[in-house]
Amino acid sequence: MDSLDAAAMDAPAIINALGPLVSGAAYEAAPSVDFATIYVPADRLVATCAALRDTPSLRFNVLAEVTAADYFPRDPRFEVVYHLLSVPNRLRLRLKVRASETLAVPTVQGIWPSAGWLEREVWDMFGIVFDGHPDLRRLLMPEDWEGHPQRKDYPVQIRKAAQTYEPLEVSEEEFKANLVRDRVKRDAH
Amino acid sequence: MAELRTETMTVNMGPQHPSTHGVLRLVLELDGEVIQSTNPTIGYLHTGIEKTAEQKKWQQVIPLVERMDYLAAQSNSLSYALCVEKLLGLEMPPRVKDIRVLIAELQRLASHLIWLGTHSMEIGAVSMLFYAIRERELLMNINELMAGFRFFPSYIRIGGLREDLPRGFHDAVNAFLERFPAKIDEYEGLLTRNDIFLRRTTGVGVVTQDDALAWGLLGPIARAAGSDYDVRRYFPYSGYETYDFNVPTAKEGDVFARYRVRMQEMRESVRICKQAIARITPTGAWACDDTRVVPPPKDKVYTEMEALIQHFLIYSQGFTVPAGEAYVPVEGPRGEHGTYIVSDGTNRPWRVKMRAPSFMAIQALPKLVQGGLIADVVAVIGSNDVVMGDCDR
Repeated sequence: MDSLDAAAMDAPAIINALGPLVSGAAYEAAPSVDFATIYVPADRLVATCAALRDTPSLRFNVLAEVTAADYFPRDPRFEVVYHLLSVPNRLRLRLKVRASETLAVPTVQGIWPSAGWLEREVWDMFGIVFDGHPDLRRLLMPEDWEGHPQRKDYPVQIRKAAQTYEPLEVSEEEFKANLVRDRVKRDAH
Repeated sequence: MAELRTETMTVNMGPQHPSTHGVLRLVLELDGEVIQSTNPTIGYLHTGIEKTAEQKKWQQVIPLVERMDYLAAQSNSLSYALCVEKLLGLEMPPRVKDIRVLIAELQRLASHLIWLGTHSMEIGAVSMLFYAIRERELLMNINELMAGFRFFPSYIRIGGLREDLPRGFHDAVNAFLERFPAKIDEYEGLLTRNDIFLRRTTGVGVVTQDDALAWGLLGPIARAAGSDYDVRRYFPYSGYETYDFNVPTAKEGDVFARYRVRMQEMRESVRICKQAIARITPTGAWACDDTRVVPPPKDKVYTEMEALIQHFLIYSQGFTVPAGEAYVPVEGPRGEHGTYIVSDGTNRPWRVKMRAPSFMAIQALPKLVQGGLIADVVAVIGSNDVVMGDCDR
């Protein structure tokens, strides 16, 4: 294993390897100081990820991280960043997909299950929609939070009024009706 | 008599449950004592550190990231410092690298001791906590000696360390390293063949190697399932390639395998620490010589105009980092701690993102406890070694 050279696959080499596997995808190599970085068109993302995971010379079996960066006011403003890791080949790779408030990105949860919460966090923080994600809810912020805090146009210091809820008020008739309803439901089991 | 039927019961566990290592809430659906489904809720400890970091100068972020994973503070700051140094293109002197390795390994020991104490306490071996805390106290004393701060030393800085090692540092570390291996034997004597401990841990929370990697559980969890992935081996940083150490692995993937892996890791950490402390001279270089990021020595600040100006610039405007992006992982006690930084070429980071191993461990929790007993949840959370500050950031 020590004979493997971690820098053996740069971005053009990976694009060449992907070329015959994914049809009609226009990849773009991006400059980087650490490891290969590739821009992937959103509509080819899932096919690309499947090829990256399953091709023996690549075998990116771990999705280490999904995050995003907001380049407001550039258009499209977001870049979703995927950090992949190939344990068998000792390789790292960064995929980037351009996105905006209206430009969604397909989910890669079918390729790596770890994408579930990572994509949920990106939606929570940036408001980037992941198409096909089964559970796109708030993760770190409270369920009733408004806005997406990691956006650059989101203010740093805001004040939110404390939320209060009225105590639940049920009349005697409603209470009895509920009891009957529950009993019917239970007996129906 | 009516026919007997079973209904599932929904139980709320947390966020104030003592064995959730902070504020983790689990909604468990139980069939008797068997777990049908688990739904974790996180975010109670979300403090917006990544957003705050975008408002701070580069060097001001270090105390912030240390407060993410509060049991492994210096593995966060090491990852952050290495990432910024990669963008700046800085190379550290060998002595700085060795001191950082020593600090990282002592941090791993401190974190594993807390894991060992709390994990075994939660599954019944209560006295273990006191032994573990006793040894951790010595490590906290070393932090205090080194940086004047026990929990969040902020001793690792961009471009090196904060200052040179204090007098008596070698004696304190050597005394600890001398004493500690016998203590690991003591812990193992209490637990490894303890029948109650074995019954609570063997065959519980099993995860296969493929699943561990697919769920991103890089670190002790994957190693306990047979993977040999360790960032220190696969992508060495800070001179780890020059140290002689083993990467402990196990095959079973259960709670007991994770216990064995972490106990072995403590022994390996002691080995690395012994090699590091033998290399570190009592005085010497404690930062690189790049005057952009490292403030000039105090005697020059008081005597030379240029040094005074440089000192003033670093502490008022900060320094700039070339535009670009980098992701640097380090092997933290809980697994791969990574920092992803985007710089736009100014004196503040554009985006800082920490890869949190606890986040992945909690995401995979429902899978690990599925079909187990409710008491196993506590054992699995403990053996995943989650820290909510790391998870929620």
